[in-house]
Parts: sequence; structure tokens; C-alpha cells
Amino acid sequence: MSKKPKSGNSIIRQTRLWSPLFMGPVVAAFIIGFVWPFIQGIYLSFCKFRLIRDAKFIGFGNYVKALQDASFRHAFWYTAMFAIVSLVLINVLAFAVAYALTQGIKGSNLYRTVFFMPNLIGGIVLGYIWSMIFDGILSRYGTSVLMDSKYGFWGLIILVSWQQIGYMMIIYIAGLQAVPEDMLEAAKIDGANKWQTLFKVTIPNVMPSITICTFLGLTNGFKLFDQNLALTAGQPFIIQPDGTSIKTTEMLALNIYSTFYGSGSASPGVAQAKAVLFFILVAGLGLAQLSFTRKREVQQ
Amino acid sequence: MKQQTLASERRSKTTLSIVLAVICVIYVLPVLAVVINSFKINTFVKTNTFDLPTGEMWAGWSNFIKGMTFGNYPFFKSALYSVLITLLSTFLILLFTSMAAWYIARVNSRICRAVYYLCVFSMVVPFQMVMFTLSKTADKLHLNTPWTIPIVYLGFGAGLAIFMFVGFVKSIPIEIEEAAAIDGCGPLRTFFSVVLPMLKPTLISVGILEIMWVWNDYLLPVLVLDINEYRTIPIHIQYLKGSYGTVDLGATMALILMSIIPVIIFYLLCQKHIIKGVAAGAVKG
Repeated sequence: MSKKPKSGNSIIRQTRLWSPLFMGPVVAAFIIGFVWPFIQGIYLSFCKFRLIRDAKFIGFGNYVKALQDASFRHAFWYTAMFAIVSLVLINVLAFAVAYALTQGIKGSNLYRTVFFMPNLIGGIVLGYIWSMIFDGILSRYGTSVLMDSKYGFWGLIILVSWQQIGYMMIIYIAGLQAVPEDMLEAAKIDGANKWQTLFKVTIPNVMPSITICTFLGLTNGFKLFDQNLALTAGQPFIIQPDGTSIKTTEMLALNIYSTFYGSGSASPGVAQAKAVLFFILVAGLGLAQLSFTRKREVQQ
Repeated sequence: MKQQTLASERRSKTTLSIVLAVICVIYVLPVLAVVINSFKINTFVKTNTFDLPTGEMWAGWSNFIKGMTFGNYPFFKSALYSVLITLLSTFLILLFTSMAAWYIARVNSRICRAVYYLCVFSMVVPFQMVMFTLSKTADKLHLNTPWTIPIVYLGFGAGLAIFMFVGFVKSIPIEIEEAAAIDGCGPLRTFFSVVLPMLKPTLISVGILEIMWVWNDYLLPVLVLDINEYRTIPIHIQYLKGSYGTVDLGATMALILMSIIPVIIFYLLCQKHIIKGVAAGAVKG
């Protein structure tokens, strides 16, 4: 990091004089938009408060309450299930489509354009489009996507697949196009059939793309919010004996949101503690996933 | 033997083409459903979702006219705010993060590295972690209007942009900038007339990612903006369902159609850049 050429030194010294202009705006906005809210968020997760200015430090109380909250635990398992199912489904389908589109079929570009298109439509709008479609089908059977958590779950899976397959496909296409042509040629000459070539040559060579897509798929699944809010907003609800309700199709991000802003919410401190747990989970998952797949890349 | 494999290859390619074409049609169907239902009278949207709007179901343009003032908020106003916020935020992010990234990559002091790693760190922090405190901070600093919310976007979105720009600046040979300095360019001129033009591909990639993010974002603006005054398109659409018990589905679909047509046109026009930008942004892992 410290191998600057000598002639550059005077330029750098000169550039440093301009640091308020070059760094100032970003650093100021970054402190307002990220650093300060992040630090304050960590602090408030240990506090009891209604308004921020009379926050009182109470230690781990909020975390205990958050972990005891049945709706939060439900949201965690629901989100984990969702993330895994969507991760596998989206990646397998995206890879299959990308593989098909790199075989030199006529119209590949048109297909690519169409498959990627849903990515440009926002989550809220997507939620409404699909809730109309699901209700159009389900209303014939006298039900709706809001009435059964099974429909809510698979509905959201279909929606997210429709949205994200095209995105992952783009990454896989880039990976597949980088597989060395002569390697594929050599496999052909050695008499490998299509499947052998796919599993022994192509897939090991696109491991970097698989790493990226797995990472993205998992964190996307855990962070999903807009689509969840617009499609079911957690419905159907189950009222528990103690009067609280579990929103059966509510994912973690939405659970945190409704703990903050929902009617009759417990306290913002508990919500903030949930948010910190959520952050640790998402960041930890990402890092674990990354180091795991990096290791496998090296082996191959 | 050879002919046989060629023939079978051609056959498998034809099957593949047919399969892809079928998937393609399935992919377009949801958008088509929006189109046909935006011309349908409300009561038929739920019962005859997949029928063409013929005969008594035909609503003409009435859904669109109704959609313009639907939900007690004019649609064109939310569209204008969406455009304003997206363009302003993207411009701020591109200008200031590219400047900072160049400074970080070239000066490379301890503070620079600290800022850089903080930016990388911010990329793995989910928005829920900071949403409560961020919206309070933004409120206190009066950043709750469409003209000031771009500052919040600059702050929360700086991570990815800085990361991408620093990566690219490091790949540019420093000799070009040295030559410019010897020719008497100050840092400001070196950046704007030498470095910035070279950053063009990354500017496009980052710009596209930011446009897609800000345009579709719901949670940040709904928490930061004063939503009685200012609504973006996603907020407007979400509030149609939120506030008034039964919703006119036909008019909602007309609104949704009006909001996705510009996006699709934008996509078809800059498709190549969009796909390249997305692929570049994904490599952030």
C-alpha cells in the first residue's frame, strides 16, 4: 500500500490541500446518513425510551424481550426457510437459463432482455401486480393469498423468483462466457459427454459466479421487505392466548418495521435491539458464506 | 456418425428454443395482465382477471383518468417527485463519491483507508439497522423534503459507489495524472478534465445502479419525507391500499401501468448499459 512513486509525492501534498472539497461532502453525508445513525442505533438498543432525548440505559433488557417475542422468533424461522428455498430455486433456474442462453440459440438476446426486465420494477409495484394475479386464480376457489400462509409463502417465492432469476442469470452468463473455450474443446476431444463437461469443466470454472449469486441470494432473501409488505403484509394473523398476534407470513425486516411503527408496538428500544440482531445475522451470514465459498474455489 | 451427432444437436437446440420461448411468454404474462386489467371495470378485475376487457368489462380510459387523482393525491405530483429525487440523488452520488474515491485511492492516508473500510462495512448493514435513528436525524436536520433527501441518499448510498470507484481508479496508471500535474494542472483540474472522463464506464454503471435503487425505493423516503406533502410513486401506490378500505383495482392497475411504462422504455433504450452496470455492481462480494 505504501509504494508511491517519488514524483507523485508533491502532487499528493498538493491534493491534500483540497481535501475539504474532495472528501468533505461525502464524509458529512456519510456521517448523517450512516455513521451517526448506526452508532446511535447500537446505543439505543440498550435503552428504554419513548423519545430519544429521554433514553435511559437499561443493559440487555431489550435483547431479552426481543428474543422472548414469539412473533420475532416466528419471523426468523419463516425468513430462514424463505431464504433457503428462494436461494436454491433462483440459483438453479438462473443457472439453467444462463446455460441455455450461452449455447448459441437464435434470439438469445431477446430472451435475455425479457428475463431481466422484472428487475427494473420496484418491490411494492411487483407485490400489487402479483397479488392481483394470485387473487385472480385463488378467488375461483373462494380463497385468497391473504387467507392461507401456504399461499403467502409460495406466492412470495414465485414473485421473487420472477424478479431475481434474470439478475442472477446475467451474473451466470458473464461467468459462463469466461470459461476458456479450449478447455471445453479438450473435454470434447477426450470424449466427455455433455453432462460430464458441465459438471467437471463448466461448473468448477464458474465457481466465482456461484459464490456471488449464493451470497446475493441469501442476503436478498433475509433482507426482503417491500415485496413482503405489498403482497401479504404478514397476513393471515393468528391471535395467541395472551392477546398478541403472530403474523404468519411476516419476515424479519417487516417484523422489525412493525415493532417500530405498528399500532400498539411494545417500545422502540426492543425494535432497535431486533434491528441490531438482524444486522449481526445478515452481516455474519454474508461473511460466513463468502469465506466458505472462497475456500472451495481454492481447492478447485 | 458425425452427421448423427450434428442432427441430434440441432434437435436439442430446437427443443431448447421452444422451452425458452414458452418461459419467455410466461415471463411477459404478469405485465400483460396489468395492461388488460387497466382497461377493465373494477368489479371484473377480481373475477375475470385473465380475460380480455371486452363488452361490458371495457372501461376505456376511465381508469387512467380516475387514477390521476386517485388516493387523494395527484399521480403526476408523485411522479415528479420521484424523477426529482432520483435525478438529484444520482447526480450528487456520482459527483461527490467519484471525487472522494479519487482522493482516497491517490492520497491513501490513514484517514482515507478508515473512510474506505467504513464504506465497505456499510454495504453489509441492512437498512432496518439504521432506519429509526436515520429518520430522526434527517427530521432534525430538515432533510425531509424532495430537495434535501438526496443528501440522505448520498450518505446511505456512498458505500457501494465509493467501493466501485476506488477499484476503478486504482486500475488507472497514475502517470497520466502526473503528466497533467507537470503540465501545470492543479488537483481540481486534474480530476475534472483528466480523471473524470476516464471514469466514464464506472460512472454509467454506478449511475444505473443508483437510479434503479432510488427510483424503486420505498422505505427510506416513506420514513424520511413528510408524506402528507411529498410522495414518490412507490409510496403513492402503497398508500392506495393502505388507507381506504376497498381499492379500485382497475384504477390501481392503470396507475401501475403508467409507472412502469417509463421504466420499460428506459430499460429498452439503455439495456446494454443497465445489464453491464448490474453485472459490475454484483461483483461487490
